[in-house]
Amino acid sequence: MNLVRIKEKAIHFFFFTTGISAVIILLGIFLMLLIRGVQTFKDVPFFDFLLGIAWNPSAYGEPSYGILSMVVSTVMVTLGAIIIAVPLGIGTAGYIAEIASPKKRETLKPVIEILAGIPSVVMGFIGIVLVGPVIAKIFGLTSGLNALNGSILLAVMSLPTIISVSEDAIRAVPKDYNEASYALGASRWTTLIRVTLPACLSGIVASVMLGIGRAIGETMTVLMVTGNTPAMPHSFFDSVKTMTATIAIELGEVPYGTTHYYALFAVGAILFLTSFGVNLVAELVTVKHRRGRA
Amino acid sequence: MKLKRFEEAVGFGILGLSAITVLLILCIIVFDITKKGAGAISWQFLVDFPREGMTQGGIFPAIIGTIFVTFITALFSIPLGVSAAIYLSEYAKEGRFTRFIRVSIRNLAGVPSIVYGLFGVALFVEGLRFGTSVLSSGLTLGLLTLPWIIATSEEAFKTVPQSYREGALALGATKWQSIRSNVLPSAFPGILTGGILGLSRAAGETAPILFTGVAFYLPRLPDSVFDQFMALPYHLYILSTQHHAIEQVRPLAYGTALVLIALVFMVNLTAIILRYRYRKKFSM
Repeated sequence: MNLVRIKEKAIHFFFFTTGISAVIILLGIFLMLLIRGVQTFKDVPFFDFLLGIAWNPSAYGEPSYGILSMVVSTVMVTLGAIIIAVPLGIGTAGYIAEIASPKKRETLKPVIEILAGIPSVVMGFIGIVLVGPVIAKIFGLTSGLNALNGSILLAVMSLPTIISVSEDAIRAVPKDYNEASYALGASRWTTLIRVTLPACLSGIVASVMLGIGRAIGETMTVLMVTGNTPAMPHSFFDSVKTMTATIAIELGEVPYGTTHYYALFAVGAILFLTSFGVNLVAELVTVKHRRGRA
Repeated sequence: MKLKRFEEAVGFGILGLSAITVLLILCIIVFDITKKGAGAISWQFLVDFPREGMTQGGIFPAIIGTIFVTFITALFSIPLGVSAAIYLSEYAKEGRFTRFIRVSIRNLAGVPSIVYGLFGVALFVEGLRFGTSVLSSGLTLGLLTLPWIIATSEEAFKTVPQSYREGALALGATKWQSIRSNVLPSAFPGILTGGILGLSRAAGETAPILFTGVAFYLPRLPDSVFDQFMALPYHLYILSTQHHAIEQVRPLAYGTALVLIALVFMVNLTAIILRYRYRKKFSM
């Protein structure tokens, strides 16, 4: 009997260690980025790094490590993506949750899953062969590889997240809310806008935050379609080089242990903290929402 | 009253239009790639090495490389992910600490793929001295897939009725015996579906393998886990942006993109069929 109990305890302990693996990995990633990233600041003053406009680590004599241009590029491309994806995503979620017949719902859901499953390189490829030429033609540009192209594709890539999380939020609204509204003589549309939407607003905000997180961290697509000019962008028609693209392009070329090498980990640390912050906001919004309901 | 009805028609129309737009986006992507990629696809394309500086020939080593690295990913992430899910659904008591674990898992899922690449370089390539290899890339992709595997497996465990567990316990089984004989087999199809989808996403990733083991071109297949490898997504990236004759190899790039898209379709179809059968079994 005792042996059985010891065995059960050991099994319990084994599963516990695997259970906390995610915590350990998350902590490991953070510490690694911190330890390596901090090395940058032996050579580069922290505020020159954070607020410097010029990123030119390979300049002879006086290399510069300012990340402001790439941060602005990332923010711009992400903002564009969200402006496109939010109305489209929430609209589709509303359609699936409230209007679509069960049959239509069953066909739309796999469509969204497949869209989510398309690899980012394939999206980038589409940006090069399809979206780029269309942008160049419409706006009379020589090249369609710019921030706008990146925004359009990132919008498509964050759509599945926004749609599925919003849809869940809309469906989670208790049916008696709707019924009470109908009983007062409200139409389905009025109920959707005045009752359902306010009731699930925090869930929708969470979906948008997760969409933003997806867009900020996307690498291959922006690398392939935004042109990668390392300068401060002035409009959506400028070629931009985002934070993720900078790491992807330069890490393969820099020698181990140089300031440039560590600076790329510092950029990674900022990316990590940003996505962590965005996810945490989504998390807090959802928790607050659940408390409000109960 | 008429105005109200008009408002409703317009509102529902806009929602319907959004859904149609999303459907259309997928159709355009699939149509364009299928139309222009179908010409490149042949048996030769699938079983041939790239030739003449990758302007001729096929994608065989990239297919094998992707399968090889995905196999390593599965070997690492599925046992670990399923075990973690068992802990969360069967052992963990709901409370502050468990909530902390769940928040960590969701945050891990939001970490950008290029950051996993950086971590892979620091831990596997340099730290554990695996070098740029199938092993380093497979493990890096395994870390990236882990939160997905945990989440989908836990979902699968949750759908197993409580009575399955209680039945075993009532017969005198220990907790582990009840999990092994009753819970795991019932959750298996759900775990399988989640696992297949997660691995197909990993197979399509490029950023995490960029610096951990993928190669531009190799004249032979990798023969151990410490070799470098070619991979389908990276091959498409090269053909569409890094090649010296980009216009000339465009058909090959389309062909590669089509193989990737077809892979996504097949995997999703399998998952849908599995899920359908699974659901039918439990609704009985």
